[in-house]
Amino acid sequence: MSLDLKLRPIVDIRKCKFNTENFPTKSSDEQICVEQAVQKKYEDLHIKLKVHPSLPELLKEHHKNFLYNSITYLSSGYECLDSSRPWLCYWILHSLSLLGVQLDNRKKKSVVKFLSKCQNEDGGYGGGPGQLSHLAATYAAVNSLVILGTEEALASINRQKLQDFLFRIRQVDGSFSMHVGGEVDIRGAYCALSVASLTGILVPKLLDGTAEWIVSCQTYEGGFAGFPGMEAHGGYAFCGLAALVILNKGHLIDEQALLRWLVNRQMRLEGGFQGRTNKLVDGCYSFWQGGAFPLLYTLLSRDGKFPPNHIFEERALQEYLLVCCQSPAGGLLDKPGKNRDIYHTCYTLSGLSVAQHYRGISILGSKRNAVMPTHSLYNITPDLARKALLYFSSLGLPNKGTSDT
Amino acid sequence: MSDSSDENDSQYVLYRDRPEWKNVTPLKQDDADEPVVAIDYTEAFVDCFDYFRAILKNKEISERALELTQTAAHLNPANYTVWQYRRDILKGLDKDLNEELDYIETVILKQTKNYQVWHHRKVIVEWLKDPSKEKYLTEAVLTKDAKNYHAWQHRQWVIKTFKLFDGELDYVDCLITDDVRNNSAWNQRYFIINNTTGFTEEVLKREIDYTLLHIKIVTENESAWNYLRGLLLHAKEGLSKNKRVSDFCEELYASGNRSPFLLAVIVDMCCEVASDGAGDTRYTVERAKELCGELMTKYDKVRANYWQHMIETMDNVGKKGTEDEGSSVN
Repeated sequence: MSLDLKLRPIVDIRKCKFNTENFPTKSSDEQICVEQAVQKKYEDLHIKLKVHPSLPELLKEHHKNFLYNSITYLSSGYECLDSSRPWLCYWILHSLSLLGVQLDNRKKKSVVKFLSKCQNEDGGYGGGPGQLSHLAATYAAVNSLVILGTEEALASINRQKLQDFLFRIRQVDGSFSMHVGGEVDIRGAYCALSVASLTGILVPKLLDGTAEWIVSCQTYEGGFAGFPGMEAHGGYAFCGLAALVILNKGHLIDEQALLRWLVNRQMRLEGGFQGRTNKLVDGCYSFWQGGAFPLLYTLLSRDGKFPPNHIFEERALQEYLLVCCQSPAGGLLDKPGKNRDIYHTCYTLSGLSVAQHYRGISILGSKRNAVMPTHSLYNITPDLARKALLYFSSLGLPNKGTSDT
Repeated sequence: MSDSSDENDSQYVLYRDRPEWKNVTPLKQDDADEPVVAIDYTEAFVDCFDYFRAILKNKEISERALELTQTAAHLNPANYTVWQYRRDILKGLDKDLNEELDYIETVILKQTKNYQVWHHRKVIVEWLKDPSKEKYLTEAVLTKDAKNYHAWQHRQWVIKTFKLFDGELDYVDCLITDDVRNNSAWNQRYFIINNTTGFTEEVLKREIDYTLLHIKIVTENESAWNYLRGLLLHAKEGLSKNKRVSDFCEELYASGNRSPFLLAVIVDMCCEVASDGAGDTRYTVERAKELCGELMTKYDKVRANYWQHMIETMDNVGKKGTEDEGSSVN
């Protein structure tokens, strides 16, 4: 099924303005500011449409160039991400694969080589060569290698030691710390379960208590917090839900409350998602919130009947991403007025993918705006996920399960 | 992304030019031959981390190593390896941890959204077993950014670990008075009650009154509505049978208010009564569907797909109900 989506009428958008009810606060002031910037983008678009009826356009070539340059060199402005270099690889590689771009073999080899330099003796990956193993860096490295997809890339992961590492950072209550001596939060559970299930090293002992711990992060609002007691938050909600789906324990949560919380994160004027109640829109939540929907559909449809359409407004989300989140020079961003960066490029494109692909393809603007689908658990394209799952399952569990005894 | 730092000052001396570091051979980063996500580091960055790698390799525990970690953490506060090593040095040298507390406070106040600096603070507080400065610090951060997730998480940890619940409800009340839309404050309110009195009948009554009062001021404030729903999760009678709440909602509705959150709560009240099979006659599936229709087309258009989904779910439940009845008769 293929659907051409139409822009929301500008008169409708104008009616979506925030209602302060004569009681402005800091939150509403900030919200109104963002709405004005976003509305200006939509007003401008509707003027340009008279001359360029094919708008809005995904600036694929610009984004490709931005990403392609970044896989090799980054400016000194990225020093603050010097402990997240496997993340940089993943964000770039996944963005490129959503845009249908494959690296050439030579480049692939050099990325594998680089990630191997980040792989430590203890089985985890560090944020760069010589840095301690970190669970998030490990997740990013494994996902990157799966995207590269070559035998060399997949075989470079030391699965036995990776499993040892996961056991080392597992806590008695089933949660995971991000590194030895590091902080504990729900990202840990997702990253651990994601790499373990992808590489076929998931064993029951690794998961004792994990589902219950994750469930304790669901808040009275319906979303998930990073840690029990904290506020529901988009990034953490995705982690919690995806982890539970991997565990096949989604039924333990209040699904209706999660659905209600999720749909309410979509902003009425902007069309994009906010991360928390009464916070501002941010393009990256297009994936963290938007990407949770396909996972939730699998829970809502235990009798095998999936919702016929997305339960969120996929047209408004595409509109926000295409009109408000693109840098004209390539790369995508949080909201109008912010700078482009690689993180936002990855998660806006991932969110665009979620919005376009559900039981067929629904595209706002020209068909050329289409990006590839993405796997809702791992956020890599489904063909690559399947290939890795097959490859690793054919290898069987690592031989000596020493650390789990 | 990086602020103008001391390293850009003309007085800054690179480690390779410092006499006290002469006996250390700097260690280059072991990058692959071909550049991959290769950051164009500044000279000071390369210099500092070359020496950092060298002493990390030898696990040097010394004053100069401690000083170096400070520069490294300044250049990249997200480098968890630096912080972990710094903690090893602090232990090894048996340093005065109160000084460390002062130091990390200045770093946190500049880097309020960074996992590593808050985690470092937490570990130092654990070592010291002294939480006396933590409320003050988190308040300093929350004064500028009342929704800072890290600050709230640290505050919750301190309060729960060291049993510092006293006065917290007043603090939260101040924040809610300051910005009734501050969802983090509402969440904190729930956290305190959940960890102290619990939601007893008496507390529930008080909290429902408090919440309805705030909803009255801003009827489209989702934070307050969500908190109300959270409270009613603990009420034996559920959403629809709390007369105080249902009367409030009906009055608000009768006054012409069409806050989508009000309508959504009435929809759920209707669904609850329908699934219980009996209850308040104001709440019927027909009314729920009608409200969903209005939300879909008028009051909450961006969520049209959701309201459509809700209508379909109600239809399916209805169908299933009649099928079940049929089979029980047979």
